[in-house]
Amino acid sequence: MLILHCPCCGVYADETELAPGGEAHLTRHGPGSSDEAFTSYLFARKNPRGVHFERWRHAHGCGKWFHAARDTATLEVFGTYSAQTTEPPKAIRDAIAKRRPGWTWRGIA
Amino acid sequence: MRRYSAFAIAREALRHHKGWPRAWASPEPRRRYDVVIVGAGGHGLATAYYLGKNFGITNVAILEKGWLGGGNTGRNTTIIRSNYLQDASAAIYEKSRSLYETLSQELNYNLMFSPRGVIMLAQTESEVRGYRRTAHANALQGVKTEFIGPERVKELVPIINLTGPRYPVLGGLWQARGGTARHDAVAWGYARACSDMGMEIIQQCEVTGIRQKDGKVAGVDTNKGPIDCDKLALAVAGHSGVLAAMAGFRLPLESVALQALVSEPIKPCMDVVVMANTVHGYMSQSDKGEMVIGGGADGFNNYTQRGSFHHIEETVRALVETFPIISRLKMLRQWGGIVDMTGDRSPILSKTPLAGCFVNCGWGTGGFKSIPGSGWGMAELMAKGHSPLTDGFSLDRFREGRFVDESVAAGVAH
Repeated sequence: MLILHCPCCGVYADETELAPGGEAHLTRHGPGSSDEAFTSYLFARKNPRGVHFERWRHAHGCGKWFHAARDTATLEVFGTYSAQTTEPPKAIRDAIAKRRPGWTWRGIA
Repeated sequence: MRRYSAFAIAREALRHHKGWPRAWASPEPRRRYDVVIVGAGGHGLATAYYLGKNFGITNVAILEKGWLGGGNTGRNTTIIRSNYLQDASAAIYEKSRSLYETLSQELNYNLMFSPRGVIMLAQTESEVRGYRRTAHANALQGVKTEFIGPERVKELVPIINLTGPRYPVLGGLWQARGGTARHDAVAWGYARACSDMGMEIIQQCEVTGIRQKDGKVAGVDTNKGPIDCDKLALAVAGHSGVLAAMAGFRLPLESVALQALVSEPIKPCMDVVVMANTVHGYMSQSDKGEMVIGGGADGFNNYTQRGSFHHIEETVRALVETFPIISRLKMLRQWGGIVDMTGDRSPILSKTPLAGCFVNCGWGTGGFKSIPGSGWGMAELMAKGHSPLTDGFSLDRFREGRFVDESVAAGVAH
């Protein structure tokens, strides 16, 4: 069973307590953007086999959103962090790089 | 190909069964084919089969990372039905169901197709309305289904408990010509027929890259060396996103785990397939007597081919309430498969941004039933550039907002 640490209330919650919210760090395109950008924002997903960042809501707990870094091929959890950010914090990136040598965030070390 | 028949069995019985040839060849890959299909599951093999049968294209290789039919083709719960709401879905699933009816004879391979009937239980008032609507839509589409009352449900499924305290059975959508088939045999039968046409099925051959030239597909790199091709089809279900990334485009897919389980074998007690979508569980009895049980999909991305324990609990809890007789059954096996879900819960059968590259994916939790129809449509799409069966399922429907919205039709992942 998947267990994530909620950074908002500090509880270690298992997946029955959480609601998955899909891929994190999407760039939101709205009015004025091109059709391609808008379609991509709405539908296209990375869906990687490996390191993945996603949104979760502590639905049956504090009710707040947070982000998690996970590996979809091994179910390893690298850490969770606040949703009030546009990219994973350095501590999370370091934790992933330590376990997955050579991994970079969107091509940036 | 040596045909299978009662006479062949008698002949082989007389010579100690030493004359049976291999059902399909396992050659090493050649350097070049007209068409390369990635994924030797049901969809890949059916696409190859109809390319050969309907269009005479037989210089085809089917590449498989693992073993033939070892992905979702061997992991599903073998249900075949076509009671969908939208016209595009009803067309391809009904084509598929009708092909299944004669497929054993056509392939000369016993698929054990059993049109035993499928009931989808209506357990809330909104489901009753939804299924009545589907039954009317099916009547217009030429798909034979009917909405039946609780008495008829009880007649068809004597072991059912109609008066579940939380979700009583209020009726059901009955498709008498739906049913089940032996899932492995579908892959094996198509493989044998493809091999007979001279196509090459290459197992343990993993695609590691997709090569392009002048904006067009040129071939694939594999662990058995590079292979050139004019046309490439990706039929790899849950791993479609990984291959799409190699080809340089993204797909509107999320890969999640879906799991199933079977019980110990018991005496025959249920001769139809029962699906209970509100409570997330469905069950049928296999020819061996095992109760084959499936439930809902996980909500998060997962490539591990394992499911979550709480989904088993939810599914079994719901089914025990619906079928009290199974409450003391022991479960024998549980397994998971990786399904690729689209936003509208309909598949993608389409050209892609890379010319010459086609995708057959997004079947989500309903891929097995659609194998023959999907192969038929994909073959036509690849040979002629479009197909009436697949036109509604193109990739640009997301950009254009032409969804084939089946998530609403079924109410759950199906």
